[in-house]
Amino acid sequence: MTKQEILTHLPYQKPFLFVDEILEVDENSIKGTFTFDKDLYFYQGHFKDYPVTPGVILTETMAQIGLACLGAYLMAPSDLVVMMTSSKIDFLRPVFPSEKVTVTSKKNYYRFNKLSCNIIMENEAGEVVCKGEIAGMSMVKPHE
Amino acid sequence: MDNDQIINDLKEIITPYTDHKEALETLTENTDLLIDLKINSANLVDIILDIEEKFGIEIDNDSMTKMINVKETIAVIKEKLAANAG
Repeated sequence: MTKQEILTHLPYQKPFLFVDEILEVDENSIKGTFTFDKDLYFYQGHFKDYPVTPGVILTETMAQIGLACLGAYLMAPSDLVVMMTSSKIDFLRPVFPSEKVTVTSKKNYYRFNKLSCNIIMENEAGEVVCKGEIAGMSMVKPHE
Repeated sequence: MDNDQIINDLKEIITPYTDHKEALETLTENTDLLIDLKINSANLVDIILDIEEKFGIEIDNDSMTKMINVKETIAVIKEKLAANAG
């Protein structure tokens, strides 16, 4: 499976797709990027008059690149996708509208249909904005 | 290694994965991990991995699918320990 094919395999679409590009992938790790468009819907409310990317969205971005994309690569070819079952994330810095982030994920283990990864997100200055452990179980892709 | 010894080790391994402490305290061979201890499938995988580490065994997919209650889990542990010894 190529880096481009991974993206076509994901079960997400706008406005809840948080992967732009996969830079590197192998059996044990993956690296990808996403740019938070300043017009994304959640900036209207988080926060009032002061848009900051919500932690849940940063977590989702880490999970889509670090877990779902790596899972798609590891399980190919199949109709399976990895659904998040747990996350433990530390948030170190804010991510503002229009910022581009890079997510790097390293596999802890993939056994009995469970994928566990250590994932970090960095901003364009190379500063770690959040990091932690996310795990998920593979299951049949939800219907369109 | 007798069953009581394995059950004690299992209780210790399972503790962080269940909120049902009473069912855990009174754990017997008939305890079902999913029904009685309300452990989800993702945490069950972590329990199996902890069991591998604790007992120094490797558990295959077929054995893993049997390990939903204490009785079957003990049987798998004993089988793998015996295979190691042999």
